[in-house]
Amino acid sequence: MKETMIAKLTAAFAPESLEVEDESHKHAGHSGARPGGQTHFRVSMTSAAFVGTSRIERHRLVNAVLADELNDRVHALALTLNVPAVPVEDGSNQKKLYAI
Amino acid sequence: MLDETLRQRIDQEVGGNDVVLFMKGTPVFPQCGFSATVVQVLSHLGVKFKGINVLEDPAIRDGIKEYSSWPTIPQLYVKGEFVGGCDIIREMFETGELTQMLNTHGVEARPAA
Repeated sequence: MKETMIAKLTAAFAPESLEVEDESHKHAGHSGARPGGQTHFRVSMTSAAFVGTSRIERHRLVNAVLADELNDRVHALALTLNVPAVPVEDGSNQKKLYAI
Repeated sequence: MLDETLRQRIDQEVGGNDVVLFMKGTPVFPQCGFSATVVQVLSHLGVKFKGINVLEDPAIRDGIKEYSSWPTIPQLYVKGEFVGGCDIIREMFETGELTQMLNTHGVEARPAA
């Protein structure tokens, strides 16, 4: 499951960074948990694909790519979605973040 | 399936209350960590809200996902508008945007500080 998610997210967003963590063990005994785990995931991803999108839009983009998994056994999907830091020509010589 | 009756029920909840949280469990006894986080944030900001326990109502539990095309619970609505789930609410709380958004919509909220 984790490998499928990484493959789909990589193909869809060409992320600068991507981490997918299976946190199912933390939810053992919870109503959405199943034997064998793979039900609760945390995704942290930085991608230029999110530039200019709202938080809700970013989540919707990711939820759409992982729709099959959400309809299958993935019960919880925690998302931290960011845009890459880019150098800004303002003389400060510091990296700044895109505005959301 | 989100039939017309169910949509109207959700419309009434969302439209009839300034701040509505569709959650698992109740504000006093959340039964899911993600729902508990949103309750904590709202309580911290002193925001009055109505909690709707989707575990008590399977129709709402499925219907609310279709209502906003959002696959997970919790879901927060302010003045009829979908704001987001746990991650979004937490991020907005941390940046102060949540208080700002609530105030803009005429909902009292303490500064995050």
